Amino acid sequence: MSDKKSERFDLIVVGSGPGGYVAAIRAAQLGLTAACIEKDELGGVCLNIGCIPTKALLSSALLVSEMAGAHEHGIIAKDVSFDLGPAQARSRQVAAQMAKGIAHLFKKNKVTHLRGVGRLKGRGKIELETKDGSKTIYEAKNIILATGSRPRDLPVLKIDEDRIWSSTGALMQEKAPESLFIVGAGAIGMEFADVYNAYGSKVTVVEALERILPLEDAEVSKFMERLYKKRGMKIHTGAQFKQAKTSKDGVSVTFEDRKGNEQTLDVDYVLSAVGRVPNSEDLGLDSVDAKVDERGFVLVDRHLSTNVPGLYAIGDVAGHQLLAHKASHEGVTCVEHITGHSHGMVDYDNVPNCTYCHPEVASVGLTELQAKEMGYDIEVGKFPWAAIGRAVASGHSDGFIKVIRDKQFSEILGAHIVGPHATELIGEFVIGRHLESTVEELEKAMHPHPTLSEGVAESALASLGRPIHI
Amino acid sequence: MVTKVHMEALSPTMEEGQLVQWLKSEGDEISSGDILAEIETDKATMELVARGDGMLRKIFLDAGGVSVVGAVIAVIAAADEDISDIEGSSDGNGTQPALPEESSAGTEPVAPEEPGAATTPEIAADTQGAGRVKASPLARRLATEMGVDLLTIKGSGPGGRVVKRDLEGAKTAVSNAAATTTWTSGENEYEDLPTSQMRKSIAKRLVTSIGPVPTFYLTVEVDMNRVIRARESMNNMLEEDGYRISVNDIVLKAVAAALRQHPNCNAQWHDSFVRRFNAVHLGVAVAIDEGLITPVIRNAHAKGIMQIAAEVRELAGRARTKKLMPDEYTGSTFSVSNLGMFGIQEFTAIINPPEAGILAVGGIEETPVVVNGEVKVCPRMRITMSCDHRVIDGAQGARFLATLKSMLEEPTAILL
Repeated sequence: MSDKKSERFDLIVVGSGPGGYVAAIRAAQLGLTAACIEKDELGGVCLNIGCIPTKALLSSALLVSEMAGAHEHGIIAKDVSFDLGPAQARSRQVAAQMAKGIAHLFKKNKVTHLRGVGRLKGRGKIELETKDGSKTIYEAKNIILATGSRPRDLPVLKIDEDRIWSSTGALMQEKAPESLFIVGAGAIGMEFADVYNAYGSKVTVVEALERILPLEDAEVSKFMERLYKKRGMKIHTGAQFKQAKTSKDGVSVTFEDRKGNEQTLDVDYVLSAVGRVPNSEDLGLDSVDAKVDERGFVLVDRHLSTNVPGLYAIGDVAGHQLLAHKASHEGVTCVEHITGHSHGMVDYDNVPNCTYCHPEVASVGLTELQAKEMGYDIEVGKFPWAAIGRAVASGHSDGFIKVIRDKQFSEILGAHIVGPHATELIGEFVIGRHLESTVEELEKAMHPHPTLSEGVAESALASLGRPIHI
Repeated sequence: MVTKVHMEALSPTMEEGQLVQWLKSEGDEISSGDILAEIETDKATMELVARGDGMLRKIFLDAGGVSVVGAVIAVIAAADEDISDIEGSSDGNGTQPALPEESSAGTEPVAPEEPGAATTPEIAADTQGAGRVKASPLARRLATEMGVDLLTIKGSGPGGRVVKRDLEGAKTAVSNAAATTTWTSGENEYEDLPTSQMRKSIAKRLVTSIGPVPTFYLTVEVDMNRVIRARESMNNMLEEDGYRISVNDIVLKAVAAALRQHPNCNAQWHDSFVRRFNAVHLGVAVAIDEGLITPVIRNAHAKGIMQIAAEVRELAGRARTKKLMPDEYTGSTFSVSNLGMFGIQEFTAIINPPEAGILAVGGIEETPVVVNGEVKVCPRMRITMSCDHRVIDGAQGARFLATLKSMLEEPTAILL
């Protein structure tokens, strides 16, 4: 492996998350000599301490909550108890298995894995610092920065991963605490609320904005809030987090509720889920005068090119939606642009949003309010899962599909799903929008019976004012 | 390694670019970073930089030609490399709505079949029997409603598929074509001038403004006596240094100072929040040959009148020669447009989104006014503020204008 040629690559990717590893593999497929720098495990946050292990925990949580209705299926289990420990161990195993998969893919595609921290050292040069402190300069015709993001630290809520967790800390617990206080009701906050609530923790959520899952359609937020409250969670929206005092056996948290009253609670642990910040400080951007915006995101054009020739940035570190699938897409788009293979651009208006709580929440395109504010003349169709046979048969019929359609041209402006397998079903709308299908095509395409996908067709019909089953 | 040279997106809003001139010729040796050509974007003339080493083997797009972003316009490769399979874009690409050609002048747009019908009629392809047209359902729907023949549209989607954005450009071309058929005299009743990149960008911006931005207007008349006197004395002081300050420079300074007192007017609407700026970055509308551009005086609130005057002059000069860099005409938080020098007494300006306000400044006129029961002749100036009602309410805008008026009527107040 100490071949001299390996000192110079056509492409070096810094970071091996879902943006970086995909970019490196695509580059190798297109005939470039590619290397990928990673300081930790391959796969980045997504595989190791993000998407994948949380989904493992959420699968466990779903099983736990289903036990309540198990007797309806003839399962008579006496003295059932729930223990987060094995579920946590399983989630680590899943993460490890997936990370190993990346190593295999790199080998198969002849992508060189460089272990250590990568920093720019002038144009086309990267310095690799390995664990033992040794430094090597690598040269590359093209460099892609894919260093991702990390949890935002609030000054009044310093993450220590002991009493005050980020998502990382929340993934590493072997016991569900008696009480958990969550700051931030976005996707991350609500997913952990779901897990810990299922394993018996008393969960309180505080959100500064007016509603939980604030990026989703207002109706979706309202529905989920009601459902979570029914499960016994305490949710405070429009509330300001004030302070956390950590002691030996817990945390005393103070927040100001919607009415302006200060409340103090003693809890076991706190999860801070107030957004993420880009990993752009320690990248050597100054050495090439690469520009970042005021929040630290690397500035790129529509082909993911920075202001420095030959330097690109993708994924969370380049801003837009901080989502794994967006990062992967940017990785492919960027590499294909570099090689001249194609010059597509990422369609940031067609990025699906998914929250894997129960029931799941997924959406793509505009919310009802956004569509109205943009001046569209719209028609909204809403179809409940309670009217879909498959949903009722499976025992998961909470929620609805909502479709927002432009009245004149029938363009699918937005789709919002709460319910079973929402994150899978949203794909139909993503493809529909990508191919510029109108609502009529969605409805005319035959959906198999009995399936959840019938809900997609029915919601399309509902937006045309003629659903069959309601 | 073969490096294709692409039309790059040299400004954030650029969709196509015009090749002004090549600075390298076929056969020249190129190293990465060399400036290959000058490209006119929708905003300015920018440099296209080489992204690879080798020889400039082939130029596809000649000077004057227009190409969409992403099109291959030249090839850099080693002298002996085979580049025969690389196809380039020579001009236009057909994706821009070209001027109606002579031959198409007589063709009638296909009449929409039952407009508004729920089904999507197969138009163009089948009615003209010329084979299958690849088009998205939404594009078909748009074409039907607009009365556009899909066969006349060149698709920019995969494999030439006609998609929504292709139809958006076709709209204007169609109305031009329709107009052509109504004139029968041999003489040219009108002239079609190709729209420049800038004109297109202006149109797009204006439409996004007048449509979704709910605007209202507030006008106030200002006594300019003291500004005129202050300007005279300042110019006397600066005479030896060769500086000149205009009334507009003083207006700009006053606007910046007044905005500091009324930050709700120095703000932007973002669907889920209003961004209120502390710093005042003033956009100053500058007329240039092909339209207008608004260079930005950054941190105008923190600058003296002399510095503002110098910056306006310098930026406006470079704006006229189209040498502004993108960050010199983006990022303003409020704009000022002055048409006083054209004899305009009063006008309304269109908001430059995402800003929430723009001030339209008229000329100074000798006007009879009643002062303490007597008619006096005073130099008066009318200013009109356009406000994005989503951000600024009537009373807030009025209070800002009152502050601005008092500052102009007593310029020492600017120093407070």
